[in-house]
Amino acid sequence: MSSVSLGIPAVPPRGFGNISAVEPFPQAAHRELGNAQLRENLGHATHTIRDKRLRVVSELPDWQALRDAGSAIKTEAMSRLPELLTQFEEQFTARGGTVHWARDAAEANRIVEGLIRETGSDEVVKVKSMATQEIGLNEYLEERGIAAFETDLAELIVQLGHDKPSHILVPAIHKNRTEIRDIFLREMPDVDPALTDEPRRLAMAARAHLRRKFLSAKVAISGANFGIAEMGTLGVVESEGNGRMCLTLPETLITVMGIEKVLPRAQDLEVFMQLLPRSSTGERMNPYTSLWTGVTPGDGPQNVHVVLLDNGRTRALADRHGRSALHCIRCSACMNVCPVYERTGGHAYGSTYPGPIGAILSPLLTGVEAEENSSLPYASSLCGACFDACPVKINIPEILVHLRGEDVEAKHGRDAGPGGADRAGAKSSGRRRGLPTQMDVALGAASWALSSGDRLGLLEKGLPVARALAGRDGKISRLPGLGAGWTQSRDIPAPPSESFRSWWKKRQKDAPPADGDGSTRGPATGGATSDGATEGEAQ
Amino acid sequence: MSAREEILGRVREALGAEPAAVQPSALAEYRTESGLDEDALVELLVDRLEDYKARVEVVPRGNVAAAVRARLEGKEFAVPEGFPAEWLDPSLDERAVRDSREAPLAVVRLDGLDAVVTSSAVSIAETGTIVLDGSPDQGRRAISLVPDHHVCVVPVETIVGIVPEGFARLDTTRPLTLISGPSATSDIELERVEGVHGPRTLDVIIAR
Ligand code: SF4
Repeated sequence: MSSVSLGIPAVPPRGFGNISAVEPFPQAAHRELGNAQLRENLGHATHTIRDKRLRVVSELPDWQALRDAGSAIKTEAMSRLPELLTQFEEQFTARGGTVHWARDAAEANRIVEGLIRETGSDEVVKVKSMATQEIGLNEYLEERGIAAFETDLAELIVQLGHDKPSHILVPAIHKNRTEIRDIFLREMPDVDPALTDEPRRLAMAARAHLRRKFLSAKVAISGANFGIAEMGTLGVVESEGNGRMCLTLPETLITVMGIEKVLPRAQDLEVFMQLLPRSSTGERMNPYTSLWTGVTPGDGPQNVHVVLLDNGRTRALADRHGRSALHCIRCSACMNVCPVYERTGGHAYGSTYPGPIGAILSPLLTGVEAEENSSLPYASSLCGACFDACPVKINIPEILVHLRGEDVEAKHGRDAGPGGADRAGAKSSGRRRGLPTQMDVALGAASWALSSGDRLGLLEKGLPVARALAGRDGKISRLPGLGAGWTQSRDIPAPPSESFRSWWKKRQKDAPPADGDGSTRGPATGGATSDGATEGEAQ
Repeated sequence: MSAREEILGRVREALGAEPAAVQPSALAEYRTESGLDEDALVELLVDRLEDYKARVEVVPRGNVAAAVRARLEGKEFAVPEGFPAEWLDPSLDERAVRDSREAPLAVVRLDGLDAVVTSSAVSIAETGTIVLDGSPDQGRRAISLVPDHHVCVVPVETIVGIVPEGFARLDTTRPLTLISGPSATSDIELERVEGVHGPRTLDVIIAR
């Protein structure tokens, strides 16, 4: 790094690499929605994995207790992070490994390149790792004449197809078997030309293709699911055995791990090794998990490195309302239950991290002011399914709302008033204030109306007018201004002739004094339901 | 400033003066014991392993050698130096290739072998997981990985009920491999294919 640091900045620097949308989410989503195959494959995949997950989760009588424990351990780990990272470094070093620190993607890439060069090798085998995808390591190495071979079957398909992953667990789910066969026939020099599109045959073609690479590779690069501070242990959870090949056979092993992956104790594995496989692939346990601690003489790689990566993680950590996004164990359960993800697929999110977690993590890593990620917090209907599915109980909807607030504040013309003072300071003082948009005006009006019952009552008198806007079918099919986007693809039912509040007032007047029990159920009965229901459908 | 100091500084700054979080042990309400007896443990482990498409056999301790021989007859296989002699029938000696940390077989040699036989450190019944920890009776990680067929002996006293009981018995500083069935992939249209890079056949012999 050539830049001179002038003290520690108030807001940690943003992360770089493949954590940014390349275009606004609505635009990308619109295009991806036109891809019927993607949607069909994704629908099938998400539903299948979702069902499997539910089955194996319901087997465990203590699932909720495990989630609580997972969440508590992660919270503890984050709050003790400086101490745990130092302890991890000490232990990993004491057992023969070398620890490197990388402020951002560029620094991590440079470190890894240097370590590969030292070995004299110009090719590496890789086991699926989100961190190296995040920093764009493959592209970086390729530009410098080092070939990086992905060894996970799906990653191999994506790499050979010069494509991008669409799901973090099954990255090639957007490709059908025939397309995969065509990619293999085109890109594998030694493949049997009579290869069929049967999944078993395709998997065996990949096995044969990679076998020689595994047996001859000198350098492997991995990510890590966990790093244990107590003894400096690293862990990789996988299915195919490509991970074991990479972690065992080469002489040199380089692991790139985000600083948030560190856990305090080895005992914590008993929680995460129950949460992760069941949430991820919907299995009781994944086929293979490897744990290694530095160097074991005579067994496995003897030249072992780990690169601890920041790349915006400290920035996310500085946001006290958003920091729990760093608890994520990348299981992908939130994606599989997300109605938005299921339809748009992973590509629409641009970043390495798609779906609900991506919608919060990417902007937290780059800062929501980063123009390209500012639309991500809106890529959600806030239905809450992701929160329920998350094994470490990250409250994704709450963070989405928080980030939307940050975005509005960053973009729009409101000063940090008395209420915004606590987070103003260094963080927002440098921000350019834009002109109020239509949305600001609308939200301003809403806050004016909703903050007083009288004002709301006054507005509700306008309901019959709005009703007149509707056609004979009782639907409003075109709204002006900002509302136009909303009515472009749907009709809004005409508002009821009377508001709920005024109906309620009248009912209270007409009705005999309610007995205690009945009063709490009141609104659910009688004429209110039909009005309530139409409102619900408009969501 | 070095990257290390800068990152640690950023982390401290980001955390500010946060109160220390609750110790998770206070919240550990999850199960730490299964309470299953030996019969139940064996039954559960067999059920889970078969679900993963492993071949499982339960034999009396005295019959382990015969069971191993039946699986390895006619094959050339790797065997870790510390594998109990009483589990290896002398008739197999000729085709048994010894491996140890001190005298490791080359990877290409391992690739040319038909199979490998090892013992195991701990097995977790509820998840059908067998753990190897690199002890002399289990050998280097490479030998149970490269050959296409893994015959694994599980002594009954190493079986536990649930994951926390398993980790309680393990030393994480040893190189650990947790194996739950043969390798598998579901990457192509979500259709499960057993056996990709790891051994495509897993035979488990539970010794009672
Ligand atoms: S946010 Fe939760 S559910 Fe989503 S990938 Fe991360 S751990 Fe899994």
